[in-house]
Amino acid sequence: MKPKTAGKTMTGAGILWECIEREGVKDVFGYPGGAILPAYDALKHSKIHHILVRHEQGATHMADGYARASGKVGVAVATSGPGATNMVTGIATAMLDSSPIVCITGQVGSKLIGSDAFQETDITGVTLPITKHNYLVTHANEVARTIREAFYVAKSGRPGPVLVDITKDAQQTSAEFDWDAAKPQLPGYRPDLSPEQKEYEQALDLIHNSKRPVILAGHGIIISGAMQEVRDFAERAGIPVALTLLGIGAFPAAHPLNLGMMGMHGEAWVNHTIQEADLLLAFGMRFDDRVTGNLKTYAPNAKKIHIEIDPAEINKNVKVDVPLVGDLREVLHQLLPHVESIDRSEWLDCIDKLKGDSAVRDIQNLPDSGHLYAAHVINDLWRETRDGDTIIVTDVGQHQMWEAQYYKHEKARSLITSGGLGTMGFALPAAIGAKVARPEAEVWVVVGDGGFQMTLCELATIVQEKLKVNIAIINNGFLGMVRQWQEFFYERNYAATPLLNPDFAKLAEAYGIRSMTVSERSQVIPSVRAAREHDGPVLINFKVEQEDTVYPMVAAGASLHEMIRRPSKIVETAADE
Amino acid sequence: MMNTFVVYVENKPGVLTRVASLFRRRAFNIDSLTVGRTEKPEVSRMTITAEADQDQARRIEANLYKLVNVLLVENITHEPSIVRDLAMIKVAATHEARSHVLELASVFRARVVDVAPDSLTIEITGAEDKIDGLLEVLRPYGVLEMVRTGIVAMRRGKNTISPATAINGELDIAEDDVSQSV
Repeated sequence: MKPKTAGKTMTGAGILWECIEREGVKDVFGYPGGAILPAYDALKHSKIHHILVRHEQGATHMADGYARASGKVGVAVATSGPGATNMVTGIATAMLDSSPIVCITGQVGSKLIGSDAFQETDITGVTLPITKHNYLVTHANEVARTIREAFYVAKSGRPGPVLVDITKDAQQTSAEFDWDAAKPQLPGYRPDLSPEQKEYEQALDLIHNSKRPVILAGHGIIISGAMQEVRDFAERAGIPVALTLLGIGAFPAAHPLNLGMMGMHGEAWVNHTIQEADLLLAFGMRFDDRVTGNLKTYAPNAKKIHIEIDPAEINKNVKVDVPLVGDLREVLHQLLPHVESIDRSEWLDCIDKLKGDSAVRDIQNLPDSGHLYAAHVINDLWRETRDGDTIIVTDVGQHQMWEAQYYKHEKARSLITSGGLGTMGFALPAAIGAKVARPEAEVWVVVGDGGFQMTLCELATIVQEKLKVNIAIINNGFLGMVRQWQEFFYERNYAATPLLNPDFAKLAEAYGIRSMTVSERSQVIPSVRAAREHDGPVLINFKVEQEDTVYPMVAAGASLHEMIRRPSKIVETAADE
Repeated sequence: MMNTFVVYVENKPGVLTRVASLFRRRAFNIDSLTVGRTEKPEVSRMTITAEADQDQARRIEANLYKLVNVLLVENITHEPSIVRDLAMIKVAATHEARSHVLELASVFRARVVDVAPDSLTIEITGAEDKIDGLLEVLRPYGVLEMVRTGIVAMRRGKNTISPATAINGELDIAEDDVSQSV
């Protein structure tokens, strides 16, 4: 318990760190510059550990990765102007995936605002549509309340990014600091809605009368901490569970009721199950276009129950029969005692039959052709790391989908990935944030050769901070997912997708990071083992099949059951034919 | 259909931008927006009209509530309410036309607020269609300039919309350390 501080006079910069510390933060990610210098100067009086990044985008992804790995608010710091605008991609990423981060930016002196001063940008204006809320602070006496409000808004309700822009003079001048008096004053903010009794009854009615129900498990389960409740619910009601990309880990992969991932690259039987269901129970998910496909033909015979904390998500994409607006965990607590156990073995058997067809197409079940497929790398990585406390952080593209398909996640917060915004360059910095949040966990970056080069400067951050983060580059020499779209929809016109890459192993060595290059399947497991045993970061450059394809695929705008499937025999790529 | 929302917001810098930006970002089209002070200095009141079907109207309301500075939203489209627009219309009024224009103004219960040798400025308050009606009949004389405020609206009867009632009723923030103002 911190001592009372009423009456103590401090600079705005001092108050800033004091408040961040009192919010329970130990590590922040940032990059200094002119307008934030008073804050950096005051850091010497604080116990907070500052991690110097190499680009402000990295700082925001690190704060995001920190938040997703721990559930706590991540903090990123940057200067005004370019420092602040470099944060935009990271903030938008956190916004679309409901990740609680607080971004602190310096701003030119309050008297200079509006004068186009050096490194002046209206960052509250720029980030207005991509933050949950933002603030411009122009007086030292506003710092404490604003920081407290920022943390409260970021983490409560549906979490999201909050930006606090603090002018240089607000950092430099002094004010009386009184933590208790600086309570948040948010009269219009209501993060704690709950459903009406009637809605619970309607939901139970639908559940008990359903013969072919399926739970759609989303990110909200993890955010709400409702993993056990979802499991209890599914087991008691005998309802199978399909996962969104960000829902992976919310329900154990090995659980007999777990179907796997749904949507554009979801397993075929999962999508068919959804299309044939008579009831969808959407738990903390938002019917994104990547999971629904064509809305006109989506789950045509299903009633829909939507449990969701954000009322603006109700009926946004899919019209639902019963909305239950509230915190998922609390709503399930209310529902659980009334859920009747119903034998749904007929429905589960029916789903099992759908799986058979997929098994013969699974690359894991096909004979070794001597080629290294990304799916092999990821599946082997899973075999080696499955028993530990492992966090996989992926980037965006083909490798991300293969990871979702072939790495079996049993626990929440064991997969960190950019879902909504699909931000290439996310993985490496987000993994740094995850490692800082959970130093005991084994952290692996799984990243494509394209995305890796967007933020690879953060290799230096890993080394400077002495972090044990392992990096698996799934290197196919292409912007693979874009190439796949070109293959399917643009007559194989591979415009601007082949990549001429540097030697990633040499690059890693230049940073002082141990590296390996692997191009044969037999070397995957030994290299993973060597990386795990090495007392420091390791980068493995997996040179995989160049023109491999993620199957199944629901083309954009197609119906969920209209999937492009892997031919049952693997067709080798051009080089082999 | 055209929906009318009454929105109470905190009287803070940038709140108007947040509201306007929300409509733009979610691709809802604002038909008119008025904002002004209320009986409480820390609260402003907006009347917003926007074209939306029932579902969209519900989403507009839910999205407005997501703005931290928004205190209360009410869609009064289907409520008995008083809706007023104010217009000032400057009409070319030569010697011969003047008496006709004055007559029309009085039929519409509009007031003449400025008289110049060649023009009259008429102030009219009323529902939008009443103002449209006056405008229509004045047009042949030559409308030189016109300004309209956009509508303000209030429910009829003793049903009041006020953030104070809402705060006492349902806006209690759960966490103990969060206080309330306004």
